[in-house]
Amino acid sequence: MLIKKGVPASLGIAIGKAHIVKEENILIEQKEIPPEKIKAEVKRFKDALEKTKLDLDAIRSKILTVLGKNHAKLIDAHHLILQDPMITKDVPKLIVARGMNAEFALSEILDKAEEQFEKIDDEFFHERKHDVFDVGKKIISNLVNSEKVSLKDLKEPVIIVAHNLYPSDTLHIRESNKVLGFCMDLGSKSSHTAIFAQSMGIPAVVGLSDISRQIQSGDTLVVDGEQGMVIISPSPEIIEKYKARKEELQKQEHFFHRLKGLPATTRDGHKIHLMCNLDSAEDAPELTAVKTEGVGLYRTEFLYMNRAAVPTEEEQLKAYASVVKAAPGIPLTIRTADIGGDRATELGIKGLKDERNPFMGFRGIRLFIKYPELLKTQLRAIYKANTEGNIKIMIPMLSSLDELLTVKKIAADVKTELSEEGFPVKSHPEFGVMVEIPAAAIILDSLLPEIDFVSIGTNDLVQYTLAVDRINQYVSELYEPFHPAVLRLINLVVQTAHKKGKPVSVCGEMASDPYAIPLLVGLGVDILSVPAKMYLRSKHSVRSMNFEKFSGLAQRALSLPTSDEIRRLIEEEVK
Amino acid sequence: MIKKDITIVNELGIHARPAGMIANTSSRFSCDIKLVKDGMEVNAKSIMGIMTLAAGRGTIIEITARGKDEAEAVEAIVDLFARKFDED
Repeated sequence: MLIKKGVPASLGIAIGKAHIVKEENILIEQKEIPPEKIKAEVKRFKDALEKTKLDLDAIRSKILTVLGKNHAKLIDAHHLILQDPMITKDVPKLIVARGMNAEFALSEILDKAEEQFEKIDDEFFHERKHDVFDVGKKIISNLVNSEKVSLKDLKEPVIIVAHNLYPSDTLHIRESNKVLGFCMDLGSKSSHTAIFAQSMGIPAVVGLSDISRQIQSGDTLVVDGEQGMVIISPSPEIIEKYKARKEELQKQEHFFHRLKGLPATTRDGHKIHLMCNLDSAEDAPELTAVKTEGVGLYRTEFLYMNRAAVPTEEEQLKAYASVVKAAPGIPLTIRTADIGGDRATELGIKGLKDERNPFMGFRGIRLFIKYPELLKTQLRAIYKANTEGNIKIMIPMLSSLDELLTVKKIAADVKTELSEEGFPVKSHPEFGVMVEIPAAAIILDSLLPEIDFVSIGTNDLVQYTLAVDRINQYVSELYEPFHPAVLRLINLVVQTAHKKGKPVSVCGEMASDPYAIPLLVGLGVDILSVPAKMYLRSKHSVRSMNFEKFSGLAQRALSLPTSDEIRRLIEEEVK
Repeated sequence: MIKKDITIVNELGIHARPAGMIANTSSRFSCDIKLVKDGMEVNAKSIMGIMTLAAGRGTIIEITARGKDEAEAVEAIVDLFARKFDED
């Protein structure tokens, strides 16, 4: 039994078998393939060869145009290596004879070839081994990728263990519905995977540094999303203990269900608007399941993922309209897509690839202002979907008034365009901005005349205020939502907005943290937007607190110099 | 079975591309074809095997073929060597 401590990223307890998600260049492990799966394993290998062949074809035609015919011939040699009987015949033979996984069988054959090459004294011939290993690496990468894709075809419930997961992986996981929990080497409480796990209600621990190398697929794990612990090969007593705790949590969940439909009002009668975050139109049924007052943040970037072109106006309209239909009448705050430069490149838009510092780079409204057609398409779909007049539009990553005015000008153009096409825009949707960049908080007074509401995205606000990359494991300990600077910025936003009578919502990770909720409400935040899975739990936090008391405590917290003191002050009062 | 010795005359010897050409040509025939150098024997249909022969200029290689189309196979391979693998 081994206990690993990480960052608790999503509540709950998971007990089950590990499933390792591999990345390229990772150590290849030997796995035993049961006899009934040998055929499938050979097919998986053949598919990877086929895929590699297509990859080589693509590279060849690229080289042909850029470097000419002679260089392209090198790829012909790679094709021949791919057809070499050592690979096409010996590897499947090894898979069958030894019940070995394809990656390992291939690496055995390649090792044997390497041995032969190592024996060669002639340097020129010795160096030819790189051609062989280049091809070998391509095949292995295709094997590993095919395994990744198969995340959506998981047959049995498992706990996913990975070095890092990408948005595309999480989409596959969403489809599979077989994931009990997550453990990751990288990540913090507000990284993409954590947010995803919370929205799915899957227990998760991240920031475990090297767990993906310490365990093997099939190992039994306990994921404790409350304490941020993973227990590898737990003893029967530990399993029993966690089973009991899991049951307790389920009972709690049961209790929270009784809060459905009740107002989010503090014990002394202060009303908060509690809303849901929404990641995808498919999750819309959850909104009515928890009877939310509204959607405080609809992250539309998921519409842009796992595809080769940007979604058309029709596709977007269909998605937005389906949400309006699934949860009629309630406010729906749509955030224009917050996609980064790397995604843009994949979608066929010329963006910046491999930015050195993507979080400070080409993302959110910056990208849409550079490519206004994308913004126009999205706005057109939003206006058309706004048949009930309850849609609000929210702009991510805003840092200046100029950007806001540019967006509003484009929105006005879209409106004119639509009326000219005979599609009257009945009401102008409310406009708001995300406060994520500290600059937006500081100049909020200048932005307010142009907007109807403000939403604080605490995940990014913390990251940018403290200059802590939220997925960088080396600085993740510095990521601190209770930092006095963050609190003071939130206070500044609330005070500034309230002076002009405009509401403030919080839609980051903090909005569902049981300790942060009383503090935010005490600071005067009007709306909290949380993952649907955290909705009733958060309502319980609001309904258990006393507004007047926490208004006083929040004022005291603002004068404290360290996050430790702020945490202590709040934790003593929240039981 | 046919056996034939051949001397490598092209500048760089049997590097990746000539090895590819030999493997490619050999694969068109159904017979078993082996290349032997200093007692080391490899499958002539395997580019990796041929490359590990590390056969430089001036080396003597023995080609053996066994099967229905052995005569044509050896002839085709010898022709590749004679053409210096179209390198010049």
